[in-house]
Amino acid sequence: MPGVLVIAEVADGKVLPVAFELLGAARALSAEGAGPVSALVPGQAHAQELIARGADVVYVAPESLAGQMYDAWLPAVDAALQQSGADIVLLGQTASLGRDLGPALAFAHRTAIAPEVTALKLENGRLRVTRPCYGGNARAEHTFAGQLQIASAKPKTFDALEPDASRTGEVKTIDAVGQSRITVLSVEKVESEGVRLEDADVVVAGGRGLGDPSAFAMLEELAKLLRGAVGASRAACDLGWYPPSSQVGLTGKTVSPTLYIAVAISGASQHMAGMSGSKNIVAINKDPEANMVKAAKYAVIDDYRKVLPAFIEEVRKLKAQG
Amino acid sequence: MNIIVCVKQIPDPETPASSFRVDEAAKKVVPAQGIPPVVNPYDPQATEAALRLKEAAGGGKVTVISLGPESARDAIKHALAMGADEGILLNDPGFEGIDNFQTAVALAKAIEKVGQYDLILMGRAAADWDMGVVPMGVATLLGIPCVSIAKAIERVDGKVRVTRVLDDGFQTVEAPLPAVVSVSNEFGEPRYPQLRQIMLAAKKTVQVWNAADLGLSADQLGEANRWLKLEALYVPKVESKVEIIEADSPEEKARILAQKLRADKLI
Ligand SMILES: Cc1cc2nc3c(=O)[nH]c(=O)nc-3n(C[C@H](O)[C@H](O)[C@H](O)COP(=O)(O)OP(=O)(O)OC[C@H]3O[C@@H](n4cnc5c(N)ncnc54)[C@H](O)[C@@H]3O)c2cc1C
Ligand SMILES: Nc1ncnc2c1ncn2[C@@H]1O[C@H](COP(=O)(O)O)[C@@H](O)[C@H]1O
Repeated sequence: MPGVLVIAEVADGKVLPVAFELLGAARALSAEGAGPVSALVPGQAHAQELIARGADVVYVAPESLAGQMYDAWLPAVDAALQQSGADIVLLGQTASLGRDLGPALAFAHRTAIAPEVTALKLENGRLRVTRPCYGGNARAEHTFAGQLQIASAKPKTFDALEPDASRTGEVKTIDAVGQSRITVLSVEKVESEGVRLEDADVVVAGGRGLGDPSAFAMLEELAKLLRGAVGASRAACDLGWYPPSSQVGLTGKTVSPTLYIAVAISGASQHMAGMSGSKNIVAINKDPEANMVKAAKYAVIDDYRKVLPAFIEEVRKLKAQG
Repeated sequence: MNIIVCVKQIPDPETPASSFRVDEAAKKVVPAQGIPPVVNPYDPQATEAALRLKEAAGGGKVTVISLGPESARDAIKHALAMGADEGILLNDPGFEGIDNFQTAVALAKAIEKVGQYDLILMGRAAADWDMGVVPMGVATLLGIPCVSIAKAIERVDGKVRVTRVLDDGFQTVEAPLPAVVSVSNEFGEPRYPQLRQIMLAAKKTVQVWNAADLGLSADQLGEANRWLKLEALYVPKVESKVEIIEADSPEEKARILAQKLRADKLI
């Protein structure tokens, strides 16, 4: 019996939301005939939640697996694959786990992984994926030669189902746990104040054209006013103006806010790859030919140093009017 | 300390979208006119990391390997000019159109043939297919651990200590050697080869190994044996519907913008 196995990562005692998003995608595949949906998670406590989000079967691995590196996970994934008979594996493309576990699993099974897919469908019972490549300039569609088909997706690529507490499913225990060769010595979290970038309804993002890091204070002021979050281009992050955890794009976060305000960002394909799903884009840029301007709904062609203070003032006024 | 660095030559990832073309029938990217291929931007960073580790260890050898067409020699030369000691080009007509899964197989064979290594350094991903699978592939095939997305790399007590970039911060891990480490842009700028080094590099020899040298048949690498099948390749269509806000002053434009966003209920 084929099926879809979703790997659910746990951090700080919580299932990462990308697992719920993948369960949503897995249910859609199941409706196309991919078979039942199962999930692998460390810790009994999360089983019911995964069932409510779409799993038919939850394989519970020891809680100690949470936070471990990819190689510790391989035996548990293999056990879940064996028991479920799943021929599709979906993982979240996280730096902490999926980015490593996906290819490790693929090479261990001598099959391919399609990383960072943006669409999944079933064709003649086999998986067909779409993924951006060439820095977001192109899209590729792939199928798999091997029996086992593995795909990963960045957080916020697919929609999670609303939790349904009345859903029922089976819970099974797996005790296979590997020993990682890699030791974690320390973890340093970059705390962001206010709304999380990937959850924000409004994102105010800045690029290299800001010219100096202090300009980010202005972006923060605007973001606060709009109850949004601040993002940055990689050029701005590489200059050390803003932490890499705020980077938007191919190698940064994927965001799809209702409003994305791009200040002094040219709109390179690798940046667009992380935010082109935004419902409304505003570009503030000196250059009318900038790619970001073309992608925008509204654009102001001028020096942001003059535009932004006046914009903030006007927003504040409009907000005060209620 | 003996380090192997893998570098790939790719179409320039900074190619503007307006010059980027795909031959949909052939499922191939059409090389942009006047924009020569470049070294994958993360790979000189991997080379930089190798050179710094060698310097810190006070000795050793840095070997550079690239699988690709004859022109990939330039990617190797660049690393040699940065200071790497030896280069190996994996070149065979059978490698034409090879995918990154088979690339990992070929690289692992080449690394086994080189034999002596403490560490293998690669880029976090090649900016053509944007996959980031080869480092883990090579590590799995060689039976050694892989640490990805390195921001800093140190050798401590016969192990490698790596600071990794996480989605919401950083993590420091330690792995036994030999290991594969993939380097991210946060590592910092690679050194720029000086003219004198470029001239010296021109004299360094680059060995060429073909599929048979690696114990691989061209057939094993052929289209029929690719793990990921490419069914379609295309450029997504985007049409511009931008409204440029016109007014006499930047301040006035800003006010109009705010009012429009308000009217649209976006703020
Ligand atoms: C493999 C790879 C992965 C990458 N991943 C990412 C990624 O995840 N995210 C990402 O962002 N990039 C990524 N990049 C980099 C990307 O190619 C671009 O280099 C980068 O996005 C450019 O950043 P920028 O727009 O801030 O800077 P620039 O391209 O330099 O643009 C600056 C803009 O500011 C405007 N400007 C200048 N001064 C002013 C002013 N006073 N007022 C108003 N406007 C002004 C200019 O007109 C210009 O449009 C990646 C690149 C590669 C090769
Ligand atoms: N053809 C190749 N030759 C040498 N190294 C490669 C090749 N392809 C990939 N690599 C290495 O693997 C890294 C990741 O590539 P990829 O997994 O294809 O995204 C690159 O940064 C290189 O270090």
